[in-house]
Amino acid sequence: MNAKQLLKIRGLKIEGRSDETWTQIVNGIDLDLNRGEVLGLIGESGAGKSTVGLAAMGFARDGCRISGGSVEFDGVDLVQAPAATKRALLGKRIAYVAQSAAASFNPAHRIIDQHTEGPVQHGVMDKAESERDGMELYARLRLPNPDEIGFRYPHQVSGGQLQRAMTAMAMSCRPDLIIFDEPTTALDVTTQIEVLASIRDIVEQFDTAAIYITHDLAVVAQMADRIKVLLKGDEVEEADTRTMLSAPTEDYTKSLWAVRSFERPMKPSIPEGATPVVSLRNITAAYGTTDVLHDVSFDMHAGRTVAVVGESGSGKSTAARCITGLLPPRAGAIAFDGVDLPPDYRKRSKEQLRQVQMIYQMADTALNPRSTIGDIIGRPVQFYLGLRGAKKRARVEELLNQIELEPKQYIDRLPSELSGGQKQRIGIARALAAEPRFIICDEVTSALDQLVAEGILKLLARLQDELGLTYMFITHDLATVRAIADEVVVMKDGAVVEQGGKVEMFRPPHHPYTDLLLSSVPEMDPDWLDDLLKERGVDNIGDAAVGKM
Amino acid sequence: MGALSRIVLHRLFLGLLTLFVVSIVIFTAVNMLPGDFAQAILGQGATPEAVTAIRRDLGLDQPPVTRYFQWLADVLHGDLGTSFAQANFVSFTGSDAEKASVLAQIGPRFANTMFLAGVTAAIAVPVSLTLGILAALYRNSAFDKVANVFTLSSISSPEFFLAYILILFLAVLNPLLPSLSNIYDGMGLGERLEKTLLPALTLTLVVTAHMMRMTRAAIINLLASPYIEMARLKGMSPMRVIVRHALPNALAPIINVIALNLAYLITGVVVVEVVFVYPGIGQLFVDSVKIRDIPVVQACCLIFAGAYILLNLLADILSILSNPRLRHPK
Repeated sequence: MNAKQLLKIRGLKIEGRSDETWTQIVNGIDLDLNRGEVLGLIGESGAGKSTVGLAAMGFARDGCRISGGSVEFDGVDLVQAPAATKRALLGKRIAYVAQSAAASFNPAHRIIDQHTEGPVQHGVMDKAESERDGMELYARLRLPNPDEIGFRYPHQVSGGQLQRAMTAMAMSCRPDLIIFDEPTTALDVTTQIEVLASIRDIVEQFDTAAIYITHDLAVVAQMADRIKVLLKGDEVEEADTRTMLSAPTEDYTKSLWAVRSFERPMKPSIPEGATPVVSLRNITAAYGTTDVLHDVSFDMHAGRTVAVVGESGSGKSTAARCITGLLPPRAGAIAFDGVDLPPDYRKRSKEQLRQVQMIYQMADTALNPRSTIGDIIGRPVQFYLGLRGAKKRARVEELLNQIELEPKQYIDRLPSELSGGQKQRIGIARALAAEPRFIICDEVTSALDQLVAEGILKLLARLQDELGLTYMFITHDLATVRAIADEVVVMKDGAVVEQGGKVEMFRPPHHPYTDLLLSSVPEMDPDWLDDLLKERGVDNIGDAAVGKM
Repeated sequence: MGALSRIVLHRLFLGLLTLFVVSIVIFTAVNMLPGDFAQAILGQGATPEAVTAIRRDLGLDQPPVTRYFQWLADVLHGDLGTSFAQANFVSFTGSDAEKASVLAQIGPRFANTMFLAGVTAAIAVPVSLTLGILAALYRNSAFDKVANVFTLSSISSPEFFLAYILILFLAVLNPLLPSLSNIYDGMGLGERLEKTLLPALTLTLVVTAHMMRMTRAAIINLLASPYIEMARLKGMSPMRVIVRHALPNALAPIINVIALNLAYLITGVVVVEVVFVYPGIGQLFVDSVKIRDIPVVQACCLIFAGAYILLNLLADILSILSNPRLRHPK
């Protein structure tokens, strides 16, 4: 091992347990990392990238085990090393930044106490020293009130700030290596930028080596010196970032790069005087006594897709809840085909209910785990259309064909026997079962990998063309908007800031907030983040920019 | 802190409401007991006239609703009434009428019960927590299995059986402790503790399993949480992971089980009291039921219900306090 090399993984094999048998999920991976270098690890979920990332710390989650190979960190084989030796390295020389900072900070302790735990327990600094150092790190990571924020509990701090506090915590012992496991996946685009910029700065300042795990190619392009692509526990290829982006050699990598090219053809403009399928007029809605929607109005026309975009907390999902009648608005009205709907879903007729259906973000939790696919889709068929017995079964099979799943193979399965993308297809079939004219898609692709997500988007597009459906497409992902939307509604803080056709929305001049959202979407160009930061100025990125509006 | 005190007041109000409902249930149930004090005290050969006379003296001839509200009004004034049996005794012997009040009857007995419960809790709670934490730390090890088997067999055995086993080993074969717990006023604390130790140990065996298993389960439940994984990836020792990172988040269910067991220690220890002849409230309660001494029975029931409600209220408040989201709102 040369002096510069920090981590050397050879023939790493990991097994996972399912139903009492061990199956191999990582099939002999080699990985090299020099001091101060950032390696991007990308792949779909199930590719084994997180598992490899944890194995680089000599760690395997419950239900997994390292079954072969070596993980040599600075001369110590972490696979063979006794637990105490590993513990002395973890946190001190190898640190970890998890996907969800909100879940990975202990809710029972103040942030600074969790920050100082590592340095104090590893004997690197005493508590007071580490506290001061923590505040300094918070300041470098551009957290607001760096002297005070650490004394809050995790639930008192926003997600983007927590993610930066977690990066500070990983830095607390000045490790040689940090594993970043999808650190920005759960964040809004505007927040993501700020976290990305902070992470990159601090990694450069301390010359820390890092393994950056993500499924977002554009993000990895900003962060990594080299990229390694994984697929189902195997390495597909590895190259330095620019080479990988400009000239990938493997077909799989090319297909990953190609995802972003999906875009629907333009539809003709809406005819003058057409009655919208669903029309929101001056909707104001509240949870309890706090208004969360303020005078929201927009129309959705037959056969078109209206993308409602905005960050979390902007009121997108609340608008959907008003349309479905789950949250009767405090003022305003919702019209279907020009006729006002009763605000409360309990007062709506079965026919009115049938016309508005929903597809949810988390297919996992939206499907009853104990019902078979046939029952899940069959229930709305029976409830709304009154079909029973053989007729019901025939209709369910027809629906399964529509969502491109072989009926005989799937009708008797349970949701747990399906993949994430297949579950989402079942969600679509269930919505279609009512034969609605209007479907609300609430972040339906945000929990899916890019390839699978694209499949879902194509399916939705095809169904729209065949059945003349109208979609309200709630998303925070502007790439999805570009792919599927006809009209766009931009929301912020419970109000509509801008709306119009997709083409106009993506063409300047924009409302400043739309501009911020658009420019915050990472691009595949490795210089994108640098250019953007230069353009915006250091103090004017992400959250800070939102705050100034 | 406003939110917290509101929750506490709300719970307190609900507790009082429950107590009121329970008082109706107690009164109805006690009145549904076959026979009454007059019949029980006079025996089978009682003449109807004598029975009627006693009933009139005690107010038993009044309609139940009237009697209930009379009782309720008295209780609200802090007067739990007069023991029928003691009143009878006093009227025969002419001794001090003060002694006949239910309060005077129950007071010392209740203090004894609280003492026993206190000693038991002082042993059982730390032991169960420690065992639970160790069982979680060394889960699925031999220690975990032995601890589980031992506590489960002790909770599954009848209390009197455990009591006699302890007497056999600690009083008869190895005369370390007295097998009788005849406590009296003016006893020194040391002697009192010595006499209380055997029943306390018996009760410890009864309540430990529940608390230990809940501690173990609540901690293990959290071990899959991302923040536990984070603590391990920070290189923290297994013991520190459990005590500092898991335990504070597992407190709510543990506190609730401890409260439930403490309530049992106050209200459910009749058998153990009988075996060790320990003068607690349980024995008094059973004796009073036997002779239909209604004021005492009702007062005991009310104290039991009050203890349950109060301990659960305390558990609720402590669980809330153990949650930083409620202690430190946004």
